[in-house]
Parts: sequence; C-alpha cells; structure tokens
Amino acid sequence: MGQQVLNGIFLGSIYALFAVGYTLVFGVLDILNLAHQAVFMLAAFVALALVADAHLPLWVALPAAVLAGGLIGIVLERIAFRPLRGRSDSNISGLISSLAMATVFEAIALEIFGPDTSRFPQGTFPDRVVRLGGATASLLQLCIVGISVLLMALLTLLLGRTRLGRQIRAVAESPRAARILGVNVDRAIAFAFFLSSALGGAAGVLFGLAFNSISPDVGRGVELKGLAVIILGGMGSVPGAVMAGFALGLVEVFTVARLGSSFRDVVSFAVLFLVLIARPRGLFGRAAAREA
Amino acid sequence: MSVARRWSLPLLLLLVAAACKKEEAQPVAASPAGGGAVIGAALSLTGPAAVYGAQQRAGIQAAVEEVNARGGAKLSVIVEDDASTKEQGITVFQKFINRDKVSAIIGPTLSNTASAADPLAQAAPVLAISNTAATGITDIGNYIWRDSLMEAQVIPGAFKKAQEKLHFKTAGVLYGNDDVFTKAGYDVMQKALQDLGVKVLGTQTFAKPDRDYNAQLTELTAAKPDVLVVSALADNAAAIVSQARQRGWTGPILGGNGFNSPAFIKNAGAAAEGVMVGTSWNSSSQEPANQKFLANLKKAGVNPDQFSAQAYTGVLILAEAIQQSGGKTGRADIEAGLGKVKDLDTPLGKFSFTPSRDAQHEPSVQQVKDGKFQIVQ
Repeated sequence: MGQQVLNGIFLGSIYALFAVGYTLVFGVLDILNLAHQAVFMLAAFVALALVADAHLPLWVALPAAVLAGGLIGIVLERIAFRPLRGRSDSNISGLISSLAMATVFEAIALEIFGPDTSRFPQGTFPDRVVRLGGATASLLQLCIVGISVLLMALLTLLLGRTRLGRQIRAVAESPRAARILGVNVDRAIAFAFFLSSALGGAAGVLFGLAFNSISPDVGRGVELKGLAVIILGGMGSVPGAVMAGFALGLVEVFTVARLGSSFRDVVSFAVLFLVLIARPRGLFGRAAAREA
Repeated sequence: MSVARRWSLPLLLLLVAAACKKEEAQPVAASPAGGGAVIGAALSLTGPAAVYGAQQRAGIQAAVEEVNARGGAKLSVIVEDDASTKEQGITVFQKFINRDKVSAIIGPTLSNTASAADPLAQAAPVLAISNTAATGITDIGNYIWRDSLMEAQVIPGAFKKAQEKLHFKTAGVLYGNDDVFTKAGYDVMQKALQDLGVKVLGTQTFAKPDRDYNAQLTELTAAKPDVLVVSALADNAAAIVSQARQRGWTGPILGGNGFNSPAFIKNAGAAAEGVMVGTSWNSSSQEPANQKFLANLKKAGVNPDQFSAQAYTGVLILAEAIQQSGGKTGRADIEAGLGKVKDLDTPLGKFSFTPSRDAQHEPSVQQVKDGKFQIVQ
C-alpha cells in the first residue's frame, strides 16, 4: 500500500511537471501546444547524447538539456505560433501547426537516434535503494520527485513575484490591455514558451532516467496524460495541473495494481469525465483558470 | 486528444516510410538470370520489433548469398518494412503478391502482424514462411508454414530445466496482454507452471507502450514468489527486468521467446544477469550448418541471435523446397517441395515440418552470464 502510494507520487511528479508547462502556454495563448510532447522527447535525447556521447556528468547534462528544451520552445513559438498570431482562426491553425512541428521533431529524432529504444548508460545515476518505513524507493526516484517539486515551486515563484511573471500573467489576461500598458507581448509569449518547454524538457529527461527508455515516440503516451491532467486541473491553472498530475499518477498506479493494466487509461479518463460533469471547468475552477 | 493521436500516427508513418525509402524496395541480390525465385521478406525494420527485424534481415541476406554461391537454385530477395504494425504488414504483403509477384514470402516479424497479413497470402495463394512463435498462425491455411518453434514447444521444457536448477515452488507472472505473441506465451507459461506444480501467487499485465512497471512489480514482489515469470517483447522485457532489479528484486527471472535477443541484454545491462529463457537456437552448437551460419553473420558484422538463425533457416528451407520440386519456382511448386523437407541441416539443427506445417527440431535453454546468453547444459 505505502509502496504503491510512493509509486504513484513518483509517476505523478513527472506528469505534473509535464502538464505545468503544457497548461502555462494554454493559459497565455489559449492554444494547445501539441508539440510539447516532442520537446519532452527531444530534451531527453539531448541529455542522453550529452551523457552517452559527450561523457558529461548528469548534473551538467540535465540543466543543459533543460536549457535546450527551452530554446527549442522559443524556436517552436517563432515557427509555429508567431506567424499565425492575430488571425481569426489562430486557435485551430496553431493547434495544427504545433502538431506539424511535433511530427517534424519526431522525424528529426528518428533520423538522428533511430527507431530503437535508447537508454542512459549504466551507472549514470548511482543505484541506491532508500527505505522509507515499509516501502523502498531508489535514490533516483526521490531525486526526481524532489527536482519536479523544486521546478514547479520555482515556476510559481517566478510567475507570482517577478516582473516577467507579472507580464506573462497580464498577457494571459488580455494581450491588448497588456500591450497598452507597455508590455512587450511577443517577448512575454516567447518567454512563456521558453519556461513551458524547459519544464517539459526537464520532465522528459527525468522520465528517460526513471524508466530508462527513450524513443522518438516516447512523448505520445505522456501527451494524452498531460492533456487529461490540464483539463482535470482547470485549463491554464498551474496549481491545478500540479494537483491533478499527482492525482492522476496515484489513480493510475492503483488501477494497474488492482484492476490490471488494461484499465490504466479507462479509469484515468473515467475520472476525468466524471470531474468534468461535476465541475466543467476542472478542479481548480474559473478563478484559477485565468491565473496563467 | 484523440485528434492528435489519430493524425500524428499516420503522419509519422509517412515520414518513417519516406525515411526508409532508400533501404526499402532494393533487391539485395540482383535478379538472377535464367528465372530464379524472388522472395519477399516482410520484416519489422522500425517500430517496437525493430530489434528482431534487423537480425532477420541480416540472416536472410547471408543465407541468400550462401545459397547463390553454392549453385543450383538462384534466389533474390526484396526486403520491405512492416513497421511492426498489422496495417503496414498487410500493405507489404499486397505489394509482394500483386506487384512484385514473388514466389514466396518470409515474415512478418510479429505474430500480431502475421495474424492480419497471412490470410492475404493464403488467399493469393502464395507461400508464407512465418518466423513468429504464437500458436494458431499456421491454422490460417495450407500456404502458411512456420520455421520457428511455438512457445508451446519451447517453454515447458525450458521451465522444467529451470526448476531443476532453481527449485522454485511459487511464481509471480507478468505479461503483455495487448499482443498476440506475449499473450500466447503467457497461456503456455501458465500451463507449464501448473504442470510443474508451481503455485502462481499473482498475475499482472502491461501494454506494449507502457514504460512504468513499478505498480505491477510492487504487487508481484510483495507476495514474495520464488521466481518472476515474464512474457514480453525485448524492449519491454529489458525495462521490466531493470525496474524489477531497481525495486530490489534479486530472485531469478524466467522469460519467454521475446527475451531471445542480444538487444535485451544490451538494454537491461547488469540487470539481465541470471535471466533464464528457452530458445530454439543453440548458439554454441558445433554442427557444421551452425558454424557456417556464425561465420557468415560474423562476416556481415552482425552478432547473431535466434531470430537471424530462424530467418536464415527460412531461406535454406525455401532453397531446399525448390531443389525438391526439381528447380521449379512457381508458388505451388515450392509449396509441394516444402512438404518434402526433412532433417535438413540448418543452424537450428535437423529441421523438419510437423504435419500441421510447424517447425520441428530440438529446443535449448539459455541463461545470461557475464553479459552473454550461454546454453544451459
């Protein structure tokens, strides 16, 4: 029981980290960035290349890959979203162009890394098991939960307390009003993409480390989960995404353990469905939906 | 969400197909003069089964070269990627049957794909030699033959030998329930365990795209079984074994046919040590046919496994069938010739077909030691 809760928190922390970035862009632009999962995957590959080919230690490779994820996010925004901005149908066309970018990113990864599952070399992270009461966790799992929570706290702080965070929130509220108040809207959006993709990239690296398998299609399963998480948490709500991420991780683990893996997604999406019937705006309703 | 999935998969497949174009559709050997046989090979060069497909391609190419070098029946082969999916497998079969007009087909790589594509071969009819191991494939019809042993022919013996060595009485079972082959493997394992009097303390499932097996492994190991039994393809198998060891599981692990790949050991690393698995190919056999196979694959720079050995054997069998039918390469001639293949010397040992067109030869058991599969005597 305790062990499964731990497994759920562990899985949930990765979902939450992935979904936080996902929901941030949605909060700012009202656009689903379907390339988020591809950034997740590419960052994992970048970390892998740095560790396996450039023989850098993980504590260098992880921040570098996160930075790379952020930069990919800026490129993504520049190519897939900015040209469409201001068009009347930019929500749908943005969705489609991000889907196209996801496909392009996956194709790039296929070309460079091949279709096989790649893995971090043995000993990338010390193999140590930690006992917590009756349950065991690897040091890696604890670090992953720790890093996820730290990054999510940093994001909350950045959005709430800094000038840039305020600008992003202002753009989320109303780009036009923000522009009138002197906010550089394009820059704020680009920065939101940087943050979003950096967090998505961090989730990718942690996922790759945790389950030790990275392939060009690794992001697809997580993308669906991420979508469920941000809907559950209330589209655009960062705290909602965090809570929903952990909730989904726990629900999934217990479903698999008690009902079998065939019900993994059934139960997750049934919960989503029920929550939407009871609270159409997600758990962290309307007020939070505008928070950014 | 479903929109994204529905679109991204076909788009990706298109791209994959485009990326593979240059290696696809290229006859490995130029079409031999004087009307040799053209073989179509439908192999998983991409997708989850790519680790097997690459091996099979190497095996087929080496065998074609060998057969052509020794004179007699001349062969050429067209390799196409079935992308580890049913849909692509059907497309490839249609191309082989209608456009390339091949004499026979080898493949596809996965039982799952075979269950969808082989009916096309039966309807054509064109001979298909399957390298897959799930039961039921050859029931599709009299043009479907198989040169790989079924799980039911390998696992009971393997488990018996394992029990003699490890003396286990209880087991926890984990299997993939969304794949014909891993599910069929599970059915056989369950029966084998029952016959050996082993008590199953828990059974858990997973799906092919899953990466996290902690929930299942936690449940299974909590019951403290003597042994973990896993039916999975190599990619999943490596991750499962790694995560089980990470969870602190130090007991033995018995695998199904999906484990029979150097890719499994490479990916699972140290976690693979001690894993035991039944195999239809005895890699350390000193028989001349096996030694020749090893030398041929070494020349091609490939570290062979059971799957390259079976694919290689598939070509040898076809060459023998053509020989038996007096050098004729019509689809029906080869089918008739196959019935006469008996005790053929192959890397797998003395090879014959059962009356139900399944493979018949001696299986072995192997265990991972020092990062390599070694035959358990």
